[in-house]
Amino acid sequence: MTSAGLDPPPRVEARGLARRFGPVIALDAADLDVRPGSVHALLGENGAGKSTLAKCLVGALAADRGRIVVDGRDVTLRHPRDAHALGLGMVWQHFSLVPCLTVLENLVLARPDAPRWIDWRHERAALDAFLEDVPLRIDPGARVADLAAGEKQRVEVVRQLRLGHRVLFLDEPTSVLTPQEADALLGRLRALADAGRISVVLTTHKLDEVIAHATHVTVLRRGRVVADAPLDRTIDAATLATWMVGHAPPSVARPAPRDARQPARLSIRALRVARAAGGPPVAIDALDVHAGEIVGVAGVSGNGQRELVEALCGQRSVDQGAIDVDARPWRADRASMRAARFGCVPESPLANATAPDMALADNLVLRVFDRAPIASRTGRVRRDALRASAQALAARFAVQSGALGRAIATLSGGNVQRAVLGRELVDDTRLLVAVNPAFGLDVGAAADVRRRLVELRATGCAVLLVSEDLDELITLSDRIVVMFEGRVVLSTLGVEADRQALGLAMAGHSAIASARADN
Amino acid sequence: MVDALRPALESALLSAGALAVAAVLVIALVLLVGHDPREIATTLARSAFGSRFAWENTLSRAAPLMLAALCTAIPAHAGLVVIGGEGALVLGGLAASQAALFVADVPPFAAIAITCAAGMLVGAAWIGLVGALQQARGVNEVISSLLLSIIALGLFDWLLEEFLRDPASLNYPATRPIPDAARIGALPGLDVHAGLAVALVACVAAWWVLRRSVTGFAIRVVGGGVRAALGVGLPVGRLVVATCVAGGACVGLAGAIEVAAVHERAGGALHADYGNTGILVAFLARHHPLAIVPAALLVGGLAAASGPLQRGFDLPDAFVRIVEGVVFLAVIASETLRGRLLPPAAR
Ligand SMILES: Nc1ncnc2c1ncn2[C@@H]1O[C@H](COP(=O)(O)OP(=O)(O)OP(=O)(O)O)[C@@H](O)[C@H]1O
Ligand SMILES: [Mg+2]
Repeated sequence: MTSAGLDPPPRVEARGLARRFGPVIALDAADLDVRPGSVHALLGENGAGKSTLAKCLVGALAADRGRIVVDGRDVTLRHPRDAHALGLGMVWQHFSLVPCLTVLENLVLARPDAPRWIDWRHERAALDAFLEDVPLRIDPGARVADLAAGEKQRVEVVRQLRLGHRVLFLDEPTSVLTPQEADALLGRLRALADAGRISVVLTTHKLDEVIAHATHVTVLRRGRVVADAPLDRTIDAATLATWMVGHAPPSVARPAPRDARQPARLSIRALRVARAAGGPPVAIDALDVHAGEIVGVAGVSGNGQRELVEALCGQRSVDQGAIDVDARPWRADRASMRAARFGCVPESPLANATAPDMALADNLVLRVFDRAPIASRTGRVRRDALRASAQALAARFAVQSGALGRAIATLSGGNVQRAVLGRELVDDTRLLVAVNPAFGLDVGAAADVRRRLVELRATGCAVLLVSEDLDELITLSDRIVVMFEGRVVLSTLGVEADRQALGLAMAGHSAIASARADN
Repeated sequence: MVDALRPALESALLSAGALAVAAVLVIALVLLVGHDPREIATTLARSAFGSRFAWENTLSRAAPLMLAALCTAIPAHAGLVVIGGEGALVLGGLAASQAALFVADVPPFAAIAITCAAGMLVGAAWIGLVGALQQARGVNEVISSLLLSIIALGLFDWLLEEFLRDPASLNYPATRPIPDAARIGALPGLDVHAGLAVALVACVAAWWVLRRSVTGFAIRVVGGGVRAALGVGLPVGRLVVATCVAGGACVGLAGAIEVAAVHERAGGALHADYGNTGILVAFLARHHPLAIVPAALLVGGLAAASGPLQRGFDLPDAFVRIVEGVVFLAVIASETLRGRLLPPAAR
């Protein structure tokens, strides 16, 4: 790969970096030493300051105090341009591609030296040649708006490599990838690092990845470094978790199998939904979710899961077929949602489940603001009641306290996720559609969410769990279906699920659609 | 600082800053055409706010501006940019002038109510169409409201010339004068028509509904994140159309009041650009229904000073329009500073 550069990556050090946001201390004298050729994992709970530290090091955010030293020289990074000049670049936790352009256009326009007159055929050929060398499947002709989160993530990484950045900061790059893809991505980055061509700084909540691929680890807690070590055999996931939260995280047990079959709450028949990307439509012949059952949907992102979820949540119209809830046609309006006690946690919750510029408190009460106690008899919004309800919902998944009045878009990624979970996974939810519910959560909170799903199931909630985390699906699901190119290509009982078979089906190699499929 | 106050404070600072920048630009312009900016400023201030008469003049102009601004500000809460108030205003005025012809024998209060209702109805239908097109067919509301406004102006001229013209109005085509019963009088003790009170009530009502009520909350969710609104089952289409209908009713009412309180007939004078200037007022107020009141006073004062400025300094008719344009540009440009003025707002 030529564009990774011939020079070795520079050594990047942060010394005593500090940054506050109003009363919030995001970073409190943090040190970081990224040696050339290392894969440096940055760990910590939600809100620990990982993203803030990374942003300071790529010039996206100014530190209040402290120094940044690159190859022994003090540097000032006022703008991402300054960092680019030094070969430092970042893949953002929230995507930063131009949605209405194609992948190829995004990649070309990202180059500071983009020519005035672009020979697209030449660019396309150059990109195709480049991609041969990178284990990331992307379609250069696709429009970014039509891509699912996982596909966008791959484009983001390719873009950094194309820009010739030699120290890559990746903020939770794998949270939207399948385990295989994540392994491939990190393995590739690690190989490049081992060859001394790039360094990688990685924030993630998946400790297995850290163990498998990182060379160094730095753990932040409330803006301070609490551990910093090269990764060796003596360090396992439990150790890392203990460093992060101060104690070992609880594990979630597989739920006991259901005894009797409950009635189907959600039932999908002969459904056809047009795809955003214009690919093959979502075509599901039959899929049922019963009360007290978790049905897992596995699949590489971009295979129709998004459109299925949007159709269920009223965000996309159904072309053909039927979605029934409690044996009645599903109209995703407020009255039906309330009657069905429906909850929905979509992917990219900031974009799909919040009004980003409205306050956290307002976003927390989106399901209940038009009822007592928030709505008064005269149709007024009672701010005090709103605040109280929001506080209660925020507490459920420990959304950052004191942020209720702030625009939800200013919260850390994990906190947005917690807020939407708090709103949708209330006690009386009886039908839940959740996409990657533990997305961006630290180990403790992720375990909380999974426990919560199991609790809801126990109280008779029907759960459709769309996830790119196979372990999560296998641990939680009563039944797992695999989606590929809009269709259900495999259906299996959770207890009998075989990672190998699931992985093959996800990649489209499934002649083995099981006989047990679809009740 | 209290987080909840931050956006409001930021909006106020942005508007004030934009006005300051616009003032500097206008001063440069005045110097360029060879006048003393101080003299112009004095004249402007005096003829807008310097006397009882000036105030009455300004207030009479501010009233339709407030209602016209609501036509942009109310749909803005649902995320729409509606800029077609002018057409709905003249059609509303025309409808009012015709309805008024039927109410000569009705008690005055009812006559006025019927006249105004006619204007509101037509305005609501016209702008409601903008919302309906956007929801049903995905037609961009900026374009459709602009084009529908042009159609409305053409329709107005045609109806007036062909069918509704008073034969007695020779060189100034206009409808027949409305009967006394439908005329709106002055506020007690002031030479300002009662439409001002109506406009103020409309602003306060819009504020209450949009910023305090449950419906307004739902509307703001639609404006802040359509996908989230759909995901929690809000009737997005109905809410969007409702904001357009409400905004259209306001601007139609402005037309009706102009007819019933000022011109006493519908004619070319109705097309006095209140609808377009209302867009400026709405943006200056950052679509806050209460902030529309001072913004309308400011812009109304500018309009009131237009005549004296032209006469006193031999400035062209376009001068005040240029000032308005500069203010508008400054206001829109200042919006790009939102979030940088009072951090934090970075993601
Ligand atoms: N723009 C901002 N305005 C206000 N507070 C902010 C802003 N950005 C970050 N913070 C706060 O700073 C703290 C650290 O945030 P940061 O995004 O660095 O956390 P993180 O470790 O990346 O968490 P996560 O795992 O959830 O992504 C949090 O309390 C967050 O709310
Ligand atoms: Mg983060």
